[in-house]
Amino acid sequence: MTAVTAEPRLGPLRRVVGGIGVQNISLLMAIGLLLLIIGTQNPLFFTVGNLRVIGTAIAISGLLAVVQTMVIIMGALDISVGSIAGLTSVSSAMIFTVAGPALGVAGAVVIGIVCGLVNGCIIVFGRVNPVIATLATLAAYKGLAQLVSDGRAQGYTGADGFFVFLARGTLIGVPVLIWVLVIVAVLAHVALRYTRVGRNIYAVGGNDVASRLAGININRYIIGIYMMTGAIAAVAGVLITARTGSGQPVSGSEGLELESITAAALGGAALKGGKGTIAGTILAVILLGILTNGMTLLGVNSFWQNVAKGALLVLAVVIQQLRSGERRIGLPG
Amino acid sequence: MHAPGTVMLEARGIGKSFGPVRALSGVDLQLRAGEVTAIMGENGAGKSTLLKILTGDYQPDAGTLELAGTEVHFTDPRHSRIAGLRVIAQEPEVIAHVSVAENIYVGALRGPLFDKRAVYAKTRADLAKYGFERLIRPEALGSTLSPAQRQIVEIMRALVDEPAVICFDEPTSSLGEDESGILFALIQRLRDEGVAIGYVSHRMQEIFQLADRITVLRDGALVGTKLTAETDHDELVRMMVGRDLTQFFHREPVTPGETVLELRDVGNEHVSGVDLTVRAGEVVGIAGLVGAGRSELMKTIVGDFPITSGEILVSGRRTSFRSPGDAIAAGIGFAPEERKAEALVLQRPVRDNITLAVLKELSRWIFVRAGAERALTADYISRLRIRTPSSEQLVGKLSGGNQQKVVLARWLATRPKLLVLDEPTRGVDVGAKAEIYAIIDELAHAGVAVLVVSSELPEVLGLADRINVMAGGRIVGELSRAEATEEAILALAMDESRIS
Ligand SMILES: Nc1ncnc2c1ncn2[C@@H]1O[C@H](COP(=O)(O)OP(=O)(O)OP(=O)(O)O)[C@@H](O)[C@H]1O
Ligand SMILES: [Mg+2]
Repeated sequence: MTAVTAEPRLGPLRRVVGGIGVQNISLLMAIGLLLLIIGTQNPLFFTVGNLRVIGTAIAISGLLAVVQTMVIIMGALDISVGSIAGLTSVSSAMIFTVAGPALGVAGAVVIGIVCGLVNGCIIVFGRVNPVIATLATLAAYKGLAQLVSDGRAQGYTGADGFFVFLARGTLIGVPVLIWVLVIVAVLAHVALRYTRVGRNIYAVGGNDVASRLAGININRYIIGIYMMTGAIAAVAGVLITARTGSGQPVSGSEGLELESITAAALGGAALKGGKGTIAGTILAVILLGILTNGMTLLGVNSFWQNVAKGALLVLAVVIQQLRSGERRIGLPG
Repeated sequence: MHAPGTVMLEARGIGKSFGPVRALSGVDLQLRAGEVTAIMGENGAGKSTLLKILTGDYQPDAGTLELAGTEVHFTDPRHSRIAGLRVIAQEPEVIAHVSVAENIYVGALRGPLFDKRAVYAKTRADLAKYGFERLIRPEALGSTLSPAQRQIVEIMRALVDEPAVICFDEPTSSLGEDESGILFALIQRLRDEGVAIGYVSHRMQEIFQLADRITVLRDGALVGTKLTAETDHDELVRMMVGRDLTQFFHREPVTPGETVLELRDVGNEHVSGVDLTVRAGEVVGIAGLVGAGRSELMKTIVGDFPITSGEILVSGRRTSFRSPGDAIAAGIGFAPEERKAEALVLQRPVRDNITLAVLKELSRWIFVRAGAERALTADYISRLRIRTPSSEQLVGKLSGGNQQKVVLARWLATRPKLLVLDEPTRGVDVGAKAEIYAIIDELAHAGVAVLVVSSELPEVLGLADRINVMAGGRIVGELSRAEATEEAILALAMDESRIS
């Protein structure tokens, strides 16, 4: 190299691309393309009402995608998020029925945190692979939700002011649901980008041995991140309750884990850990939201929609793998 | 085989850029049958990049490649392999959960049936043929191998193809003296068989021992090619670095202060009965053969391995570190041996990697103070002359030696009172080595206690005030600066390892 001492000089275009990131540029282009296709096919697509539908539809899966991104950056995975959302959805409604909305929400969050704590402890103290651990709790928490609710929707929150505000209220013209997502996403972004906790999350995901030797308490980080994921999954659970007007043990949350992982991977989070951004994930969530909405508007049946989402996840990971330039020897680790 | 001296591989006008980084421009290289051609240059000069272009791992932006007189364009290392060219990578990749035998014959195994016994037997025979049978077992799992053993696996993979051209990228940086000896014998034998050999190393001694010709790169450009017989150490250094350097480094010892580290009869599953003291301002060297338990002892000191007997005192106080974090809090810095596996977060920038162990001090509450962090990073990049286009470059994209400097920077930044360095100059070029020695000297003068593990005997001899020799997990002898010679160290290390 010819002694590049100063910052490299880049063309203005290069600098903009560098700032936003290639991954995010491709996502923006994909979103643009989708808007163009769906918009020309169906004029209803661009109405304010429909945009709001998209916004509220992505709020819940977006929350889970944001926390999933943080878990993935740390080199782990949480597939129990959907089940935690289901469990906290029914419990929030059931607690609400006897103790009012404030305790309903608080109770749900506490339950979510406990679920996350259990995940973290299984992984840390049982030395179980995160995928296996949360696969087990995915089933367990779902079962628990069905047990406490008898498998049916519980509690009617549709008449309560607070839950109605969550589901249909607006602040400065923007639905509350979207505000919740925006706040959580901004907090996560700031934490990852500007705090030492965020830095350490990247470090642990990138190289756990090095992180330990550099003095990071890895166990504390693992347990902490799962507790936080549990708390946010509980918020998602409360929002499910608010939107449907009652606590849903399974129907509101099934498949959310897949969606959250798809969004994180599509947004550039490396499943090996150490890489990923909240901005990328949010763009991916928007892309997925538009895709789902568009397919519905264009009358694509929902089974095909699932196939499309699965295909997208595979595509995202394959692209990631090719871009990372990994050599193809042996089984991918 | 081709007649000795025939040009087997010829690269002309090779150029390669990574974004704004010009890694190579207009480089010519010739590798001749029956000769060893050394490729030398500072960290980041472009040596590894050149080798990766030869194999087809990277595509050159400019230039041509000829193998045995015909022009070739490799787009995948497999192609060059089939054409008879192999490169032994600087950091070999070994599959963790399969045996040495399978690792060696990966890709070479044919047919649907895998006859384990036959493959093991063949591996054993091949290892014996090249003189490695004492060092590695065919059944051992990839994950249990030391860096030296991984290197052997990588070399064996290449040899079983019987290539006409072999290039070694810093093969001895993870080997001890005795293993290096075996490797040199092997290289000489391959050369006598008419193989064309390329050899990258930062160790002058080896170059003069092995090479017939020396090609020097600087800043990605060709400086020139010399016959070994017609050049000397000083000229090579001038070609590489562009200035003179003193050949041998010897510190002025400082009068030591209070005892910073004391081990009393320390033992665990890796080491036993270790007594050791390091005082402020003192540099204590740990020598020994690979596998003597040196790195394990260092990890025991920093709390990565628990102790089961004896005690460790830091500044006179008994410690019970439960993790390396506790050791850092007590003022101990530890730069481990394997930079990629144990020290660096490759997909993060240079900045993050330098500040990883001091983030707390750089933060207000949980927020990292960006200005302070940038200043600290810039300071260490210039002090250690880390060659990187910017502090935001991903560490994985730096050359090996510059990655090593990032590791050192991280631990210097913690301002430790005891600095534990395991092979601190592994893969570092002559100029940078001198800089690192100067830094260690400066630290000792400032009252830091330093413990250095090194397989390079001249390095331990030049740096250390006292040298402890290890074998079989125990300290088998201590030599003062006056008593220490290469022979004395080796005699202790070998003698004891034979008994145990
Ligand atoms: N994949 C890459 N992306 C960006 N820059 C790269 C990449 N690979 C190498 N470089 C840069 O190219 C230059 C040459 O690197 P190379 O690894 O060839 O050096 P080297 O001579 O082998 O050094 P060392 O002795 O430290 O191993 C360095 O400045 C390095 O940072
Ligand atoms: Mg190199």
